[in-house]
Amino acid sequence: MKLSKTLLASTALVAAGATAYAAGHGMADSMTLVSWGGAYQSSQQNAYVEPYLAMNEGVTSTWDESSAEAVAKLRAMNEAGNVTWDVVDVVAADAIRLCDEGLALEIDPDEDLAAAPDGTSAEDDFGDLLVSDCFIPQIVYSTTFGYRTDMVPEGAAAPSQICDVFDLETYPGKRALEKRPINNMEWALLCDGVAKADVYDVLATDEGQDQALAKLDTIKDSVIWWNAGADTPQLLADGEVFIGSTYNGRLFAAIEEQKQPIGMMWDAQVFDLDGWIIPAGLPEDRLARAKDFVKFATDTQRLADQAKYISYGPARASSAPLVSTHAELGIEMAPHMPTDPENSKNTFLYNYEFWADYRDDIDAKFQAWLAQ
Amino acid sequence: MSDTSAPTETAQSGPMLAADGTPLKKSLARALRRQKLRALLLIAPLLIFVLVSFVAPIADMLFRSVENQIVSETLPRTTNALADWDADASDSPDEPVFEALFYDFFLAQERKLHTRLGTRLNYEMTGMSSLMRQSGRKVDDISDVYFDQFDDLDKNWDEAEPWAQLMGAPDWVAKMEGWEKGDRLPAFKLAPGIADLLPKTAEIYGEFAKFTINEDEKSLLKEEPWGVVHTALYQDLMAADVSSYTGPQAEMLKTADAAVVGFETVGFKDGFIEIDEDWGSREVWTTIQMYSPAYTNGYFLNAVDMQKTVDGPQMRDEDEQIYFTLFKRTMFMSLVITFSCILLGYPVAWLLANLPSRTANLLMILVLLPFWTSLLVRTSAWKVMLQQQGVINDVLVWMGLVADESRLVMINNQLGTIIAMTHILLPFMILPLYSVMQTIPPSYLRAAKSLGATNWTAFWRVYFPQSVPGIGAGSILVFILAIGYYITPEIVGGTTGTFISNRIAYHISSSLNWGLAAALGTILLGVVLLLYYVYDKIVGIDNVKLG
Repeated sequence: MKLSKTLLASTALVAAGATAYAAGHGMADSMTLVSWGGAYQSSQQNAYVEPYLAMNEGVTSTWDESSAEAVAKLRAMNEAGNVTWDVVDVVAADAIRLCDEGLALEIDPDEDLAAAPDGTSAEDDFGDLLVSDCFIPQIVYSTTFGYRTDMVPEGAAAPSQICDVFDLETYPGKRALEKRPINNMEWALLCDGVAKADVYDVLATDEGQDQALAKLDTIKDSVIWWNAGADTPQLLADGEVFIGSTYNGRLFAAIEEQKQPIGMMWDAQVFDLDGWIIPAGLPEDRLARAKDFVKFATDTQRLADQAKYISYGPARASSAPLVSTHAELGIEMAPHMPTDPENSKNTFLYNYEFWADYRDDIDAKFQAWLAQ
Repeated sequence: MSDTSAPTETAQSGPMLAADGTPLKKSLARALRRQKLRALLLIAPLLIFVLVSFVAPIADMLFRSVENQIVSETLPRTTNALADWDADASDSPDEPVFEALFYDFFLAQERKLHTRLGTRLNYEMTGMSSLMRQSGRKVDDISDVYFDQFDDLDKNWDEAEPWAQLMGAPDWVAKMEGWEKGDRLPAFKLAPGIADLLPKTAEIYGEFAKFTINEDEKSLLKEEPWGVVHTALYQDLMAADVSSYTGPQAEMLKTADAAVVGFETVGFKDGFIEIDEDWGSREVWTTIQMYSPAYTNGYFLNAVDMQKTVDGPQMRDEDEQIYFTLFKRTMFMSLVITFSCILLGYPVAWLLANLPSRTANLLMILVLLPFWTSLLVRTSAWKVMLQQQGVINDVLVWMGLVADESRLVMINNQLGTIIAMTHILLPFMILPLYSVMQTIPPSYLRAAKSLGATNWTAFWRVYFPQSVPGIGAGSILVFILAIGYYITPEIVGGTTGTFISNRIAYHISSSLNWGLAAALGTILLGVVLLLYYVYDKIVGIDNVKLG
């Protein structure tokens, strides 16, 4: 049902879109950008889209807030032969899958992306963050913990390390964790005495997976499982949970913009990337427009500008020194970045290769464990 | 009817004739057919619309639960060669299978199909995804051995034009030379005799030519062939005698033929195991062999917590079994929700049907108002009501009924799903009940009472039986809607209150395992149809009234 609707909708959209694009010469004069909605999308609107539209008169852009279902929708569009999106914002793991499925265009960083102002090539500037041939990184975000400062038990110090999440004695109360194995399994092993360097070797074995689930079992009754990034800030604000994991930008908004009594716990935060992909199979004029936009939107200054609106670290090395203060609050943004040295003493990088392989298997186990 | 008409028909001596002399039966049938056709034409637009936009997409989606062409399409030669391999006899197949794998895999990675296959096979065996991805990056380790040697021999072996002249028919080469950017590329044609002389090279070059012309839309006179053709050429030259060949590039070919004997070689099997030792593993090969056929029951087995193994279907490990639990839970909770709806909806519908119309209308609006409110809003409202720091708990604590430390857990579990979904689906129970109850004349109840029945007997023996069709209609509506719900359970269901549809949604949008999602959906559809059939047998579908 959902698919048929998607198919129908995309057919209708393309029929409408085709006439609009027909007028283009070289580059299409409208583009459909796909993102996550909310504060993140408005930071992109402010930092990239508005300056771009100001530079290119006559070009219009439309947002589609579908990033959460981008992979499935792109696959459906591709099967129907009607790709209606021009530039799509996805997390790196999804970009890798889109690339694997042949649904995203491969990018040549040095040709398609702008070099840094000092002449460093894009490939070197992004460095290791180019985790897939199709992926153009924008920001580094992290999945980390926030806790209610007013619910810290008397006499106990504020939680400061990942194992405090598993310590029900010192820190009673509910926890919010994401309803998927990724990150939770790593944290569980880390707190069950596995060395950080061995986590994935252990997790690759059946015993290791059981070990992680057994550790999660110790807090299972106190966990509220979340699906959407907005859940944890809400649960924290309601006082439903004492501590919970979510994206650091959501916590920043809750703490600094909404002034909630929430503290950050950065220990063992998991870095992940978010960025653009261009769908495969775009007609030439739309492809030219998409490439032009992406080149502009991922240059050094633009990535640094985005940090004025949201506390995610720019993916370019050359953007970091340009990060300044929040556009409305006026506070210094650097200390709120997950990449700040003070915050990143103990970090993980999302292991894309590992999870691409083990995701289906471990997820089946995890869900079976949840359902027990 | 037929019983009474049959004897009269046989009693007749000849067929009855219409006015124009044709048999009456025939002319009646013709008239009826015309009528039916006209009726069909009238509903044709709707029928076509329903078929195209509803039935066809669903059928297409459900069909994916058995579809499995991807393996044999991506690795056609390998699956052929692998057909006779006996997994019990040897740990991994022999050289010919690896040779087939090499060609298949090289062609697949040039067309970027190998990662797609990796994703597909990873659903069945963990690690396939990275095996395919990594092998795709390194498969030219094997082909480069031969490519480099041909290249050292004559730089022309790395040029587009000599290859095109050698492999292509002269008239095709001529057309190619006259080709200008923007024109349609002429379809590739093999040179006469080359397929007999160099069979493998012709086959592989043909694949390259097809892809370059159709997909890349580039000129074969400009595009150097993929490194894999050199391996094919090496194999052909080792086997064939080219001394009689006189076509284009004969010189180059003959020099190569003389030189290949001294070439350094690499075994395909060794090469692949060098790339990744998993290629030597029995499990990888049995997985590929098991999923070679174009259709598979693998998805359905997965959907009932089983898996395909070499020894036939087997149950999964206990810690991986989930779907059966979810199906059971979905059925059970949908039934509970249906019964709660009957319990809560019946008195409301009775009130609606029996109050004076002014009050009844007001009550009706109260029933309809939530019906018109967005599903998400109502679900989120229940979240606010039921959570531990929510309205209900706050009131209970304030009244002193519940201690502050032991607030009730009413959400993120089965209870939360049942409460929220009962509320959301309640109008679907009340409305059919109401419309049936409206048709029950109040005089029946009065008559029963005047004949001496108590209130209860009058209700139970006279009123209730007449309202059963409404309960039937409401129950079917609520139950079938409940079984497919996934937004509400997702938000308020926690871990114990989620439905099978949540897993289907997960496989559609997150894991992209559409085959499994389709299998789960097919089973769900089957169960619903089965229940409908049972319901029809027990209650009788004619007894269901929507108004």
